[in-house]
Amino acid sequence: MAAVHRVEVRPRSGHRDVRGESVARQATTLGIPAPREARHASVYLLEGELSAADVERIARELLADPVTQVASVVRAGAPARGPLDAIVEVHPLPGVTDPAAESVEGAVRALFGLDVRVRTGDRYDLAGIDAEAARTLGARALANPVIHGIHLEPWHPTSFPAGHARELRIVEVPLRTLSDAELERLSREAHLFLSLEEMRAIQAEYRRLGREPREIELETLAQTWSEHCVHKTLKSTVRYREANLAPGQRALAGPALSGRPGHEVAPDGTVTIANLLKRTVAAATHELIDPSRPDHVDWCLSVFVDNSGVIAFDDAHAVCFKCETHNRPSAIEPYGGAATGIGGCIRDIMGTGLGAKPIAATDIFCVAPLSGTEVPAGCLPPGRILRQVVAGVRDYGNRMGIPTLNGGVWFDPRYVGNPLVFCGVVGVMPRSMVKGQVHAGDRIVAIGGRTGRDGIHGATFSSAEVEHGTASEFSHAVQIGNAITEKKALDAMLAARDQPDGPLYRGATDCGAGGFSSAVGEMGKDVGAVVHLERAPVKYAGLTPTEVWISEAQERMVLAVPAAKLGRLRAVCDAHGVEFCELGEFGSPDRTIHLLWNGTEVGSLDTHFLHEGVPMPTREAVWDAAWSASQQPAAGDGHGVGPRLLDTCCTLLSHPNLASKAWIIRQYDHEVQGASVVKPLVGVGEGGPSDGAVVHPVPGSPRALAIANGLATGWSADPYAMTLAAIDECVRNLVCVGADPARIAILDNFCWPSCDDPRNMGALVRAAEACLDGALAYRTPFISGKDSLKNQFRTQDGRTIMIPPTLLVSGFGIVEDAARACTMDLKRAGSVLVLVGMTGARMGGSHRAMLGACAHRDMRLPDVDPARGARTAKAVAACIAGGYVLSAHDLSEGGLLPAVAEMCFAGGLGASVDLSRVPVAAGGEVDDECRAFAEDPHRYVLEVDAASLGRVESILDGIAHAVIGHVDDSSALEVVGTSTARERAPIDRLQSAWNAPTGG
Amino acid sequence: MATGPRALVITAAGINCDLELAHAFAAAGAVPEAVHLNELVREPSRIDRYRLVGLPGGFSFGDDIAAGRIMGALMRRSVYPALAAAIDRGVPMICPCNGFQIAVQAGLLPGPDLGMPWPAVAAAPTVALAQNSGGSFRDAWTRVEIPADTRCIWTQGIELDDATGLLPSAHGEGRLVADDSLLDRLDANGQVAVRYHPDDHFNGSMRRIAGICDPSGLVFGLMPHPERYTRWTQHPRWTRLSAHQRSGEPLGLRMFRNAVERTLVAS
Repeated sequence: MAAVHRVEVRPRSGHRDVRGESVARQATTLGIPAPREARHASVYLLEGELSAADVERIARELLADPVTQVASVVRAGAPARGPLDAIVEVHPLPGVTDPAAESVEGAVRALFGLDVRVRTGDRYDLAGIDAEAARTLGARALANPVIHGIHLEPWHPTSFPAGHARELRIVEVPLRTLSDAELERLSREAHLFLSLEEMRAIQAEYRRLGREPREIELETLAQTWSEHCVHKTLKSTVRYREANLAPGQRALAGPALSGRPGHEVAPDGTVTIANLLKRTVAAATHELIDPSRPDHVDWCLSVFVDNSGVIAFDDAHAVCFKCETHNRPSAIEPYGGAATGIGGCIRDIMGTGLGAKPIAATDIFCVAPLSGTEVPAGCLPPGRILRQVVAGVRDYGNRMGIPTLNGGVWFDPRYVGNPLVFCGVVGVMPRSMVKGQVHAGDRIVAIGGRTGRDGIHGATFSSAEVEHGTASEFSHAVQIGNAITEKKALDAMLAARDQPDGPLYRGATDCGAGGFSSAVGEMGKDVGAVVHLERAPVKYAGLTPTEVWISEAQERMVLAVPAAKLGRLRAVCDAHGVEFCELGEFGSPDRTIHLLWNGTEVGSLDTHFLHEGVPMPTREAVWDAAWSASQQPAAGDGHGVGPRLLDTCCTLLSHPNLASKAWIIRQYDHEVQGASVVKPLVGVGEGGPSDGAVVHPVPGSPRALAIANGLATGWSADPYAMTLAAIDECVRNLVCVGADPARIAILDNFCWPSCDDPRNMGALVRAAEACLDGALAYRTPFISGKDSLKNQFRTQDGRTIMIPPTLLVSGFGIVEDAARACTMDLKRAGSVLVLVGMTGARMGGSHRAMLGACAHRDMRLPDVDPARGARTAKAVAACIAGGYVLSAHDLSEGGLLPAVAEMCFAGGLGASVDLSRVPVAAGGEVDDECRAFAEDPHRYVLEVDAASLGRVESILDGIAHAVIGHVDDSSALEVVGTSTARERAPIDRLQSAWNAPTGG
Repeated sequence: MATGPRALVITAAGINCDLELAHAFAAAGAVPEAVHLNELVREPSRIDRYRLVGLPGGFSFGDDIAAGRIMGALMRRSVYPALAAAIDRGVPMICPCNGFQIAVQAGLLPGPDLGMPWPAVAAAPTVALAQNSGGSFRDAWTRVEIPADTRCIWTQGIELDDATGLLPSAHGEGRLVADDSLLDRLDANGQVAVRYHPDDHFNGSMRRIAGICDPSGLVFGLMPHPERYTRWTQHPRWTRLSAHQRSGEPLGLRMFRNAVERTLVAS
C-alpha cells in the first residue's frame, strides 16, 4: 500500500546553515519581525510502495550529503512542534511545477529501480517569533501564496492529490442568438477578453457555418486573437490628430506626414494610417532592404515573420535576436514569471528557422523605486519583485548555460502595479537553416515538457488590465519553469538538426502563449492539420481536450517531421531523455485544423478565419502634450543638488538608474560558453559599467557581435523624441564597444498603458512614426518586435496607475575584429578626452532635472536629430575601428560628468575636464550645470592617445567635437567651469557613490 | 585529419560547459569528442578509447537536491570502474565546477590514499562543495595561487603574475568543506592544486582551496573554469593588458597544454 514518507535533510551540527542564516536578513529587508534564529531543512515527501529500508537508503544515498548534512526519516503522526518557537513550511501547490521533485523521481527510478511520486518543500524552525509572525514571514519572504502552500507545522499528507480521467464532453457555446450585451458578458465571464466587434465577427462566422461554436474553438479564437499574439492594436487603422503640441515637438498631423505611404491626411489635419505597424516599423525595414535600391541593406535574412529576426553574421552563419516581455506573470509571481519569460524567449530562438543555438541573453527591468513607493493593495513591494525577478532570470539562464551579458534597470513610481520584465536572447545558426517549410503529410511532433493545466489563459490574461484582485483570479496563469527540461530539448533539437544528411525535421516552433493551439495553428496555416489531442503526454490525468490544446505548459517545441525521419528523431530524443510525441499530421483537404480525441472530432478551425478573421476597428489617437506633461512624476526637492558640480555628480551616480547593478550582474553567469569578449562590468576590479556586450558567436572567427539596448523613459513626455533617443542610445552603446554602425539591426518592444484611451494611442503613434524616421536615418532595420499594451493597474479605491509609455530598443551589430573591441575604462595617463556632439540648454528628461531645483531652466526635451546622430555614430566608429581610441563611453543617463567619472574609476585614473571647451548649441545660455548634466543625445567621450589626436580630429571633421581635458594619474577628477571654481573629487568617492544606490 | 590525443567530454542533462571544454582541449592540441553519459552507461568500455577525459560544468540534472548529487550517484554505479581504470592507465581528467561537484559525489576525488589502488566500489564522498558563504550564485574572476608542491599534473610548473593569474568562477555551491584530518592529508600530499588569493576568497572554502587532485595528480577538480580562459580576449580586462602581458598563453590554456603534453610523454 502506497504511503507518503517524509524525509528531512538539515546541516550536520557544526556545519553552516546558509539558508537559515539568510531568513533574518530577508525579514529585516522587508521590515517585518525577524526571528532571532532560523534553521532550514529540505523536506522530501515520497509516495510509493517503499519499505523502511528503501526510504532509509534513498535518504542516505541520494538526499543527504554525508559530509555536511544529516537526513532523518519522520514517521507520520510525529509531534507537530519543533525545537524552536515556530515552524513555517513551504510546499509548491498541487499542479505547480516542482523541478526538484521531477529530478528526484527520475533519480530514484534510475538508482534504486523504484517508482515514487515526490513533492519537495522547505522547513524553517524559527526562534523569537510567534506563529502569526511566522505566517507573515512565510507569506511575504519565504513563499508566494499564489504558488505555495504555507503550513505552520510539518506537512505530512497521507496521499497526494491525483487527477482522474474524465469522460469526454463536447461543450457547445450557444452564441448565434446572443445580444451584444450577452456577447460582452460571455467574453468577460469566460475570460476570452475579446471585444464586442470580435465577438460579433465570431457570431457571424458561426451563423454562416450554421452551428454553434464548441468551447475548444472559441478558446482557440480568443488565444489567437489576443493582443499578445496578433498585435491588433499596432496593426489597426488609426486616426491620429494633435490636440495640443508643445513648443519644440515635431508635428505629425497635418501636412507633415503627407506623402508617407499608407498615411492619408484629411483637410482638418487628421492622419489616417492603415495598419500602423506595417506603415511605420515594418515600412522602415522594407524600404532599407528593398533590393531595387542600389544601396540597400543586403544582410537581413528573415524579418518579422519568424520567432526572431535573423541577419547574416558571415558567409556561413546567421545570428538572430528576439526580445519579449513577461510583465503580468512577473507582477504576480516574479520568480516564475521572469524565469518562464527568459525560458520562452530562449524557445523563440530555438524555434527560429530550423533552430538556432542561444548564445547570449539581455535583461531589462522597469520597477518602482525600492524605497519610498506607496504600494497599493494587490501589488507586491518593488524590492521583492526586483530580487525575485533577478533570481528567476538567474536560475533559468544559468541552468540553460546562456550568458546574461547586458541589461539595465529603470526606476519610476508608475511601474508599481505593472513591473516590466524584458528578456532578450541572441542565437547563432548555419545560414542554410534560416528557413523551415512545413509540408502536408509531415508529422506533428511535440518534444520536451509535458502538458498540464499550466498557464491556461496566459495569452488572454496578458491582454487584460490588472486589477487589485487579479492575483488570485489568475493564479493558474502563473507558472514555474524547469530549465533542465528545456536544456535537454535544446540538446536534442540541435543533435537532430546537425545530422550529416540534414535536419530530421522541416519546421520548428515553440509552444508559447496559446500552447499547441498557436504552435500548430501557426505552422499549419497554409496546409491545415489533424491533431490527436489525447496523445499529448500529460502531467496528470483529467485534462480536457480544450485544456490540452490551449495549455501553456513550458518547455515544449513542435516540429514538422517527414514520416521517413520519425524513427531517427525519436532515437535522438530517447538518447537525450527527451519526451517525444507524434500528435498528428500537417495537412487536411480543406486547410482546416481538425481536433480529435480518441477519434472523435471535438473541434475544427478554419485557418483563414483564425488568422485573418479578426476585425481591425479604426482607433482614435489624440496627441495631447499638456496631458502627457501632467502624467510625469514630480521632480525631487533639489536634495543632493550642489553646492559643487561634483557633489551633484555623486548624487547622480547614486541615482538607482545610474548606480552599479553589480549585485544583479554577479548573479548571472556571463562567462558560460566561454565567448564573452566585453562583459557587463569592465575596467580595474571590473568596476565600471560597459555600454554593451561583445560576444564571439563562431569559434575560430575573429568576427564578433555587439549587443546593447536603448531606453529613454525619462523622455516619455514626448514618445516621438523618446523613441529617437532610445534608437540613438542603442546605436551609441553598440558603437562604443566596437560595432560597425552599417551592420546594426534593432528590435522594438512597446510597453504601453491601455490604448483604449486615445491619448495613449496618440503616444503610440508618435513612437511608431519615430521608429520609421529613426530606423531610416540610422539605416538600422527593425527585424523583430513585440508589444504589451495594457499596462495599467486599477487600485481598490478606483485610481488607475498607468505606466509611462516605454519603448525598449534592443540592437546587435557586427564587430569586424574582436581584438579591436573597445571598453569604457580610461587606459593611460597623458591621453586626451574628446567630447563628440553638441550640448544645449534644455534639461527636460534629464536625471539632473529629476532631482528638482530647476525652476529657472529650460525644461523642454533636448533636440534630437537622427541624421546628425547617424553621422556622428559613423565617425566615432571610424575612429574606433582605426585603432585611435583607447576608451569610449556614450553620454546618456546623468550627462557628461557622471560619464567621465565612470571612465575614471573604471580605469583607476584621474582626469581634468574644462567645461568651457564643451561644444554648445546656439540659442539659450548653456551654463555649467547644462554642460555637466544635460542629456542631449548623439554624444560620446573618447579617450585618445595624444599622438592619434590629429587622425581623430580629421575623421570628426564636420561633427561638433572638442578636446575637453586629459587623463592623469592623480586619482581624482578635476573640473573647471565657465563660471565655477576649480573642483576636485577623488575617484574613490565617485566610485563609492556609484556603488551605493539611493532608493533603488 | 586531426592527430592529437583523443579527449572525451562527457555530457548529460543540464551539462552546459561542454563546448568551451572541448574548445580548450582542441586549443591545446587534443581532439575532443562529446559523448552523452547515457551512451557511456550503456557501453562503459567506450571510455577506453580516450587519452584525456573532461567532466564539464553546468547544472547536471538541475543540480536538484544538491549540486552534482544525482549525476555523481549515477556515475558511481555505472562508469566509475571504467574511469578508475583510465586513471590507472595515466589518463588525465579535468572536472571544472559542476564537474568537480560531480567528481566528489562519484568517488573520483580526492581519490584513494597515497599508494593505494582505486577501490572497486566508489568510495563515499569525503569532500563537500556546499553553498557559498554569501548564500547565492556568484560570477567573478579571481586571482589564484598554485601551491609550489602540488602534484597536480594540470597546474604543475605554472608561474602566475598579478595581472593575468586569474580564473573565472561562476557557482552557487563551491565552498569546499572536509574534515581537518583530510585537509591536512591533502596539504601534506600536495593534492591541493589551486587556491583562491586571500583577497579574492569569495565562497568561504576551507583553507581557500579552489581545486584538488587525486594522489596521482591526474584527476583535477576545481570550482573555477580554466576552460573559459584559453584566449586573451576572455580575460576580463584584456583591453588593459600590455602586449608584453599578452605575449604568452593564458593560464587556462597552459593547464590544458600540461595535460596534453603529459599524454604525449606517456605514449
